[in-house]
Amino acid sequence: MSGGLFDDLRDLYQEVILDHGRKPRNFKRLDDADRTARGDNPMCGDRMELFVKLAPEGHIEDAAFQGRGCAISMASASLMTDTVKGKTQAQARQMGENFRALAMTGICPDCGGEIAEDMERLAPLSGVHDFPSRVKCATLAWHTLNAALDGGAKEASSE
Amino acid sequence: MDGHVAPTLNLDAIRADFPILSEKVRGKTFTFLDSGASAQKPRQVIGAMVRMMETAYANVHRGAYHMSEQATEAYEAARAAVARFLNAGDVREIIFTGSSTNAINLVAHSYGRGVMQPSQAVVISEMEHHANIVPWQMARDAHGIELRVCRITDAGELDLDDLAAKLADGKVGLVAVTHMSNVLGTVTPAAQIARMAHEAGAKVLFDGSQAAVHRRVDVREIDADFYVFTGHKLYGPTGIGVLYAKGALQEAMPPFLGGGDMIAEVSFERSVWAPYPAKFEAGTPPIIEAIGLHAAIDYVESIGMAAIEAHERALVDRAMARLPQIEGVTLLGRAQDRGGVFAFALDTAHAHDVATLLDRAGIAVRSGRHCAEPLHERFGVESTCRASFGLYTTPAEVDLLADALHQAREFFR
Ligand SMILES: Cc1ncc(COP(=O)(O)O)c(C=O)c1O
Repeated sequence: MSGGLFDDLRDLYQEVILDHGRKPRNFKRLDDADRTARGDNPMCGDRMELFVKLAPEGHIEDAAFQGRGCAISMASASLMTDTVKGKTQAQARQMGENFRALAMTGICPDCGGEIAEDMERLAPLSGVHDFPSRVKCATLAWHTLNAALDGGAKEASSE
Repeated sequence: MDGHVAPTLNLDAIRADFPILSEKVRGKTFTFLDSGASAQKPRQVIGAMVRMMETAYANVHRGAYHMSEQATEAYEAARAAVARFLNAGDVREIIFTGSSTNAINLVAHSYGRGVMQPSQAVVISEMEHHANIVPWQMARDAHGIELRVCRITDAGELDLDDLAAKLADGKVGLVAVTHMSNVLGTVTPAAQIARMAHEAGAKVLFDGSQAAVHRRVDVREIDADFYVFTGHKLYGPTGIGVLYAKGALQEAMPPFLGGGDMIAEVSFERSVWAPYPAKFEAGTPPIIEAIGLHAAIDYVESIGMAAIEAHERALVDRAMARLPQIEGVTLLGRAQDRGGVFAFALDTAHAHDVATLLDRAGIAVRSGRHCAEPLHERFGVESTCRASFGLYTTPAEVDLLADALHQAREFFR
């Protein structure tokens, strides 16, 4: 492994993140998606397309994405698509809001309750709050999810 | 070089001139490899600007009192210094603007829309900064001129055969290309491009934002019609740029912005433009910044552009020896004639992750697309990291970058 020059970066690049960054889950197109949105981070060149399949009752049945970007944005989209499956749209939006707080401040006062376990899964990304220029890499997926849930083929941007 | 041994720089003394270089980044030595985005400032520049504000500041061209006269004199002395720096034949050929971006927009407006006919075309290249793309698109959309894009080769050099083809129908009114790519480091053969443009009846603009920092530029030798550079990359302040424009062209061009200082006579019916270059300097100009730019020019000239070029050539050789050796590193562009700008991609990590890692080692590089999105598309890469050198960059810093990149690759494996 490395000679330690970057050891203190293990807080940001935890193994979970490197793993999801290298092998993103749900990395595919959903041909039967009900909602899609494109997310673009023009400064970084992060780009993704998000696919959401809704159940007849309205909750998120499946979520997937495709795109290119840094380890943080890919891991975030990977973890997000994993965690929002089975959630109601309102829950997913609430998670997104909590996640943004987590990414910007490193803490999340509202992360208890019924979504506590899911927020726990997203916690490895909280390290980005120490890297202001990278926060938007982590939040791009969630912006894109909101755009998708808002309906239609909107373009989301984390700028 | 012509055989004689290039004078070497006293790097310790030079680095001592730049206070920021002794700052620490999270306890680590600050390794600044982003001069291509904006260079650091020596005490000489900082001091000149402070001195101006403390002892000789007032608005220029306006007051019949001592301080204003002094300020005007200093501002015009800055213009003369720029004229010498570019070897312009006449100080009036130097227009102060806010930046390179402003300067190119001025030309796109006053020449592109004001002089060129809608039936004419502008040729840019695939390796332009957005500052030399978007103003021409705007001129195209507003005025109807055609926009042609000259190809570059896989090595990242301007494809001169393609340029000839683009010029062949005689419809081109202006060739507007970079003198040095801010991504590939490629230095373009300016004199040859100008010759080709002129033979086809076109004028030529060089975006010298990068080149003027690394090379001695002689606008008469290359026969540029327009030449553009920006103060903050030349160790000067932000907020000032330069447009060199031949007098006859300035004569023919309508003003860009209207306001104070650019008129000879104003009534509500009509205004009469001031003679050039005042015609193109509406409003209170960047006075303090001009004084800072003057100091920056004095600074680089006291070191010598030839010595700076030789120093950077040694850094480029070092980088070319080290960077391609690192497994997984791909360099963008392999131009024969190049300056100290290197864009690269790492196979195991995205540019942003690499930049974050390097930052932990105190190394500042830029990551993203460096305001050259079409160029990244041309090379089929989403984004790159870019290391760019300045006159204060040391060979040890190049080595540090190479070592850190090697470790960064391991980190992400
Ligand atoms: C080649 C090139 N052209 C134009 C510019 C624009 O310079 P400025 O932002 O100072 O207008 C830059 C720098 O960003 C550049 O590198």
